[in-house]
Amino acid sequence: MRTETVAAPNRFGPIARRVALYAALILLAAPFVIPTLWMITSSFKPLSEIFASPPSFFSENPTLAAYSEAFTFQPFARQYLNSVYIALVVTAITMLVSSLAGYAFARIRFPGRNLLFVVVLVGLLVPSEVTIVPLFQMFKQAGMVNTHWPLILVTAFAAPCVLATFIMRQFFIALPVELEEAARLDGLGRFGIWRRICLPLAKPALSAVAILTFLSSWNLYLEPTVYLTSPELFTLPQALTRFTDAYGGEMWNTQLAAATMTVVPVLVVFLIAQRQFVESLAHSGLKG
Amino acid sequence: MGRADAATGYLFIAPQLLGVLVFVVFPVGLAVWYSLNEWNIFTGDMAFVGAGNYQAALEDPQLPSVLGATAVFSGGVVVLNLVLGLALAVMLNRRFRGSVLFRTLFFSPVVVSVVAWTLVWGFLLQDNGGLNGALAAVGVDGPNWLQSGPTAMIAVTFTQVVRSVGINMVLFLAALQGVPGELYEAARLDGAGSRTIFFRVTLPLISPTLLLTAIITIVGALQSFAQIAVLTEGGPGLSTTVLVYYVFQQAFSFNDIGYGSTLALMLLTFVMVLTVIQWQLRRKWVFYED
Repeated sequence: MRTETVAAPNRFGPIARRVALYAALILLAAPFVIPTLWMITSSFKPLSEIFASPPSFFSENPTLAAYSEAFTFQPFARQYLNSVYIALVVTAITMLVSSLAGYAFARIRFPGRNLLFVVVLVGLLVPSEVTIVPLFQMFKQAGMVNTHWPLILVTAFAAPCVLATFIMRQFFIALPVELEEAARLDGLGRFGIWRRICLPLAKPALSAVAILTFLSSWNLYLEPTVYLTSPELFTLPQALTRFTDAYGGEMWNTQLAAATMTVVPVLVVFLIAQRQFVESLAHSGLKG
Repeated sequence: MGRADAATGYLFIAPQLLGVLVFVVFPVGLAVWYSLNEWNIFTGDMAFVGAGNYQAALEDPQLPSVLGATAVFSGGVVVLNLVLGLALAVMLNRRFRGSVLFRTLFFSPVVVSVVAWTLVWGFLLQDNGGLNGALAAVGVDGPNWLQSGPTAMIAVTFTQVVRSVGINMVLFLAALQGVPGELYEAARLDGAGSRTIFFRVTLPLISPTLLLTAIITIVGALQSFAQIAVLTEGGPGLSTTVLVYYVFQQAFSFNDIGYGSTLALMLLTFVMVLTVIQWQLRRKWVFYED
């Protein structure tokens, strides 16, 4: 890291300058922070206070009614479980598939390696919004519509997994090859080298892959909307949009309670493991 | 090891390669085939119509409006996102009390589920919602944001930017760290003010990152389905119906698989051209990759 000589002339600059900086940052931070806070505090309001004028952050009569309604109006516990287990399965498959492929593309010489790598990268280039039309027909033929299979299979092998393979390959390319040669002299085969030597060293890359994949499965919206029709199969993002009353009106406080339950656990993990999150999500810039 | 090793190589990449072939390459081929056919969803019959769907696209009275909305949305997102992302990175590049906290705050929407984020904004943007309530408190009569075309477009653009600008901020911060401190000193010794330094030293040096993030941001904006679907459903009228949402409507709401596929391939073409440019540029200027 470079020393921050840049700042020297300004570091002890006028106080006014510093105050202006803080003022600008606080003003800019409002649209980033207030929606999340507003979501959380409003989820404890009774419906009558939701659109109170003037708006107030905190409720006069805080209640958990919206939370209990979230679980009775829809099979929300089930939907929560669906999201969790799908994201975990997808993450596990992706870590396995991408670390194998990333290792082979980085380390093993075989004819056609570069060409096949380009073929795999096509998976990053094609947006899922493009393949969803034919994929829907394919899964319909296979009798897998209105099951979790499309959400698991496509996410575990297509775009997020290809990004993972790319990250793993970059990591293994940078890994010193001497470690593996020593292991090879000890009689370890490729699989043993991958399993015993390389995977344990690849923890930083694997955690980046895990965060990226988990979040992309957790946030998936188009796919569940297209494939799933039974509420007990829904995932969270899709369930969140279904809290509407018989007239199609939004049940705001229930929706906000459900959204809070979806968002807050992820935010908490993010606050704990910030550095890993920021580093791994910066990779998603590769995909856009 | 030789041949056996090569076999292991194929074995290792097989799941990923097959996955891409089955779930990406083959579907794209199918989409091309669908786009050449007229599909009757009720009888299940397909009739080959050649360029018929492409002809239909040229004559579609809604398509110009959709492409216009796509351009306004993507353009708005990229300009706002880069300006804001760069401004945040410049302000937070130096360490001061609270700088880490602010970085965390600006990055936090990135980890929030798109649907949840958009729902909350939809709630805030109601006519009697939090934003207009806050505006009324300072004596401003806010518009009904989601019920008129221009303000709805502003709303989807703004919410998309606030959700995703954290990524660009991080990429810009990395780029700013890469500018050698000696250059700043030299410029300062030459008597350059901070504005001159920013436009003459910083900006040119980080321009590769600027260009790359611009493309990444446009590609991301072209794929913003959830934001539009949740906030405006493409409305009012067609005002926020961008291409990706139009594809979904044609294919899944109107069950027009052939035309939907044609539009999807149009989207693919846009994304492909941009991504190939990005990869070419990346090869030339690899700055923040580790």
